Amino acid sequence: MAAPQQQKLKVNGPVAVTANRLTDGAVVWRTKAGGWSVELVDAAIVTTADAALALLAEAGKRDLDAVGPYVAPVTVDDQGTIGPGNLRERIRVAGPTFELPH
Amino acid sequence: MYAYDEFDRAFLAERVAEFRDQVGRRLSGALSEDEFKPLRLMNGVYLQLHAYMLRIAIPYGTLNAAQLRRMAHVARVYDRGYGHFTTRQNIQFNWIKLEELPEAMASLAEVGVHGIQTSGNCIRNVTTDQWAAATPEECDDPRIWAEILRQYSTLHPEFTYLPRKFKIAITAAGHDRAAIKVHDVGLRLHRNEAGELGFEVLVGGGLGRTPFVGKSIRPFLPARELLSYIEAIMRVYNQYGRRDNIYKARIKILVHEIGAEEFSKAVEAEWAAIRDGALHLTDEAIAEIRDRFIYPSFETLENEPAALTEALKDSRFATWHRNSVQAHKVPGYSIVTISLKPVGAPPGDATADQMEVVADLAERYGFSEIRVGHEQNLCLPHVAQKDLPALWAALEAAGLATPNVNLVNDIIACPGLDYCALANARAIPVAQEIAKRFADLDRARGVGRLHINISGCINACGHHHVGHIGILGVEKNGQEFYQITLGGRADEHAQLGTLLGPAVSYEQVPGLVEDVVDTYMELRAGPHELFIDTVARLGVEPFKERVYAAH
Repeated sequence: MAAPQQQKLKVNGPVAVTANRLTDGAVVWRTKAGGWSVELVDAAIVTTADAALALLAEAGKRDLDAVGPYVAPVTVDDQGTIGPGNLRERIRVAGPTFELPH
Repeated sequence: MYAYDEFDRAFLAERVAEFRDQVGRRLSGALSEDEFKPLRLMNGVYLQLHAYMLRIAIPYGTLNAAQLRRMAHVARVYDRGYGHFTTRQNIQFNWIKLEELPEAMASLAEVGVHGIQTSGNCIRNVTTDQWAAATPEECDDPRIWAEILRQYSTLHPEFTYLPRKFKIAITAAGHDRAAIKVHDVGLRLHRNEAGELGFEVLVGGGLGRTPFVGKSIRPFLPARELLSYIEAIMRVYNQYGRRDNIYKARIKILVHEIGAEEFSKAVEAEWAAIRDGALHLTDEAIAEIRDRFIYPSFETLENEPAALTEALKDSRFATWHRNSVQAHKVPGYSIVTISLKPVGAPPGDATADQMEVVADLAERYGFSEIRVGHEQNLCLPHVAQKDLPALWAALEAAGLATPNVNLVNDIIACPGLDYCALANARAIPVAQEIAKRFADLDRARGVGRLHINISGCINACGHHHVGHIGILGVEKNGQEFYQITLGGRADEHAQLGTLLGPAVSYEQVPGLVEDVVDTYMELRAGPHELFIDTVARLGVEPFKERVYAAH
């Protein structure tokens, strides 16, 4: 399976644009203001392919803050709470699913 | 240990300075990501799901105590306090910051360690038997030849942009612990009837999307011809290997498509033109490399000293000894495997504290030498038998004496979807859950030798194709599913596993594996018949019938 960045864009629900922060690789989300945030709650959410592609195109114009932007599914519940839309994104948001060695 | 010289040290220092400059230019915006990515990859720096990952080469799996201690330092200062030993005898740090990478690399370079050629379409770290120069089985120290290949292939301009990455493994023992038959080139060092040293050369092995067992193209290559013959192979591959399709670019596809015989003819023709040239290894050149390996000054000792005999009365020590200690070629010494598979822990991970403990113990009891095996365990290759009780006690205190080497919970697992940007499914938690099912090590010992290998995607870093039980994670409609194979093996009888049946869900995997093991226990001809032999005798059908009826 191709990585998300290489997939043909299909939008069947709410999505956001995500990437990794250049300096440390941390997961970041494209905001409505055109910046990046480590908080998913700050993400700009869109629901159409055209809007997602526009958000992605804007995000890709400058690669000094974030690397490898792509469109990722998110969930938005009745209260408007935003969550990651699949397991991959859940892991990116919350970290590995097991206790790390310590 | 191989003693690096001033050339190596200067080269690494220059390389770190170069990378520091590249990182600086990337952070300032002078380099774009497209420009920087190939540069960082050439230094072993990947961008994974939630952080940069630094992969460090451990040439032929050999480390000294100072190097391991420095890795502990890097883990503690620049990462999150642990590292992950891989199936290529390397170590990976999963949480390194780009802005701190040059400092981490500079620290590693001080002890001769780097990430060069741990990524990219070049000749990767040459792997070999972790028991090299210790096992009585071998005909020569395979690391001599791995080091010759390392020096030859490092930054080789002709082989820096191959069609795809290229992996070489060497064994010098009858029992293959280096999985040479599933490498691009596998080298089996042996002596011919005249007593001369040489290699059987296998090509076209590999796992991944299209797995193949390597084909023998030369039963005996005089050892001194190693480099010219490898160069001939590389040239044929470089010329004819596909560059238009990443999935068909490995040498295994070329060998499969034109046939081993045709490939061999092409190599022989190329070799005829270069074999007497500069790459012909003279006795002096080989001796020079050999002389730079410093071997332990072994004492004159006897096997089974009184201290060991007395300690074996302790059943816990005796259990560990039976499982983790192997015969050494020198009387009075043993090879010790240190399991990095404590039940329920991520396979292959070691904390900075544990690395320091192993480094200390290697200094105290093992001539400062540590090895990494492709099974993701560590090894102290030279331990006096009289020291085994004290070594065990110290390992036990550090959580490093789990006596499960080669048992069902000594599981190989790639980082999987918990870390890897390529993965489709998790591997580590699957391994953890399976290991817990067999937490009763008496039960695991009753099952006997059984290798479970888990990969989180088709790229097969977890070597699932050659696991006695292989588990491949796939993704279907956003859910994790796992394909199970039985009967694979990575040793001198290497073969690929056979698919058991339809893929099962994440939650079903541990129970299914348990059912497979229970079925084996019922069907085996006796305790002497290993799992792999029962599968070979009966095929997968009896397992399929029982297991899928239960699920």
